[in-house]
Amino acid sequence: MKKIALVLSLIMCFVCFAGCSDSGKTVLRVYNWGEYIDETIFDDFEKQNPDIRIQYETYTDNETMYTKIKNSSTAYDVLIPSDYMIERLIQEDMLAPLNYDNIPNYSMIDEKYKNLAFDPENKYSVPYMWGTLGILYDETLVQEDTFTWETMFDAKYENSILMKKDMRDALGIALKTLGYSFNSTSEKELTEAKDKLSSQKPNVAGYVNDDGMDKMIAGEAPMALMYAGDAAYCISENENLNFAIPEDGSNLFFDSMVIPKNSTNKETAEKFINFMCETEIAQRNADEIGYSTPHVEVYNALPEDVRNSFAYPDEAVLDKAEVYLYLGEEVTNLYEKVWSEFLASL
Amino acid sequence: MKVKKSLYMVALFPFLIWLILLVVVPLMLIGYYGFTNAAGIFSFDNFHQFFQPDYLRVLWRSLYLSLVATVFCLLAGYPVAMILAGNTFRKKTLLVVLLIAPMWMNFLLRTYAWLTLLEGNGVFNTILQAMGLPKQSFLGNTNAVVFGMVYNFLPYMIFPIYNSISKIPKNILEAARDLGGGNATCFFRIILPLSVPGIISGITMVFVPGVTTFVISQFLGSGKVTLIGDIIEQQFMHAGNWGFGSAISIVVMVVVVVCMWLVNRFSDDSGVMMP
Repeated sequence: MKKIALVLSLIMCFVCFAGCSDSGKTVLRVYNWGEYIDETIFDDFEKQNPDIRIQYETYTDNETMYTKIKNSSTAYDVLIPSDYMIERLIQEDMLAPLNYDNIPNYSMIDEKYKNLAFDPENKYSVPYMWGTLGILYDETLVQEDTFTWETMFDAKYENSILMKKDMRDALGIALKTLGYSFNSTSEKELTEAKDKLSSQKPNVAGYVNDDGMDKMIAGEAPMALMYAGDAAYCISENENLNFAIPEDGSNLFFDSMVIPKNSTNKETAEKFINFMCETEIAQRNADEIGYSTPHVEVYNALPEDVRNSFAYPDEAVLDKAEVYLYLGEEVTNLYEKVWSEFLASL
Repeated sequence: MKVKKSLYMVALFPFLIWLILLVVVPLMLIGYYGFTNAAGIFSFDNFHQFFQPDYLRVLWRSLYLSLVATVFCLLAGYPVAMILAGNTFRKKTLLVVLLIAPMWMNFLLRTYAWLTLLEGNGVFNTILQAMGLPKQSFLGNTNAVVFGMVYNFLPYMIFPIYNSISKIPKNILEAARDLGGGNATCFFRIILPLSVPGIISGITMVFVPGVTTFVISQFLGSGKVTLIGDIIEQQFMHAGNWGFGSAISIVVMVVVVVCMWLVNRFSDDSGVMMP
């Protein structure tokens, strides 16, 4: 009898401890693009704040993130969407205004990345990274004097191109090739863009998201549509690769950290955002993922060759680039309709 | 008797709850979303959007590729099922383990593993090159997708057929032999007709998941072969257009049910083959 009691009490203890080990902790839910953070930073944050546990999830594009937070009951605490998506979230009243007293490191962000058009008073977002869209190519296989978006539609590149399976990026470059804006709202132009993309199929080796990076590093394809930051990472792994920002004008994007309105740990989320802006952390992160930093001290500490690389293009390139705008629900639905018709045409 | 019946009900209760929550309610929701527009008013808009050449072609492609995969599974699976059910092959346990072992691994991982084998600089191409042969692009076409379906669904064809063949009483076959029936006669007039129920459930278990798959086409088709499952996934996960996604799901369900009904009709007729 005594033995049974002993075993039972041991079991009770075990169950208690198992239950206790996590229950005291605040869970911080971070939802970010895939391959877009140095995940060892989470360990540092948890070490510094033993009462916080980070639960990390990733998405492949802004639209997937939006659909998830709109329909899911999960309350995320920190999101890192892009400009036009932040604009949409603000318009739909889905973000919480930030308390900058809790984010003193916000002062480290370069003024030129503050108060941008998608968040004009900078009430909701802290810049995370920025970059451009361009063409990553294998120098041994692709020789071009100048790159334009049309290069990706050139018939000589049969079965050679990895296209991004991202609605705004793919339709965007098709629109641009046709001489329209990345932010076109015309049904006629979008239909033309769809047909243009469908006509590109013989050139395409695959429609990819982040898996395109591994494929380029492994030399699976000579050319890919890619964000500058991902391209920098690929180049660091495979020296045959190079990156070009097309002459006819690129997309310029700003990804920022925001807190959704239904977050239950707003202060913890602000603490995390502040942590991400600490110079040492922001530097490690930028080094690892290859994207362009909006952080003054991190930028100043960059080696000369990085500052002169495509990651920080000069004014002439940036002037020609367009930032995506949120085009309203009706036009967004039109984009979605055209995009799924395009996918169906494959 | 009455007591027994209520006992049955109690035993059934957990399953009934499961059935209602996870089958009936979702089906009703899909019906609701499919037949209403964004404003929640009854309409056929979603179906109207679906019935246009591009989407119909995707549906047709899904049915066709799945049918091809089913035929391959049947041709490859039937002999294996016969070997398993027969007495001539001694290492049956080993064969069963080899067939089942891959199913212990996650379906996604298994399909992903094929990428490493088939890609441009993958294992197969390295071997081809070592033998002085030119590189092949295995991925990104319908063959790769059919291959993926056959690979993943083959066991679902083999085991139902094996079951029905092994249930055939040995004395029927012995009687046939006594009456002078040869191998061919025994197979076509006894084994094949009596294994039809297994074939039917094998076809169902391969064809239906084949029609609705989206992972295989995304991985092995490199996103270049869109199946109807891809479109449905796109509507729910990306576009947030549940109405359209539900409408496509309803169309696919109706088509699949009709296909299965036809297959079952055929199997009833085939009973005539029995002497």
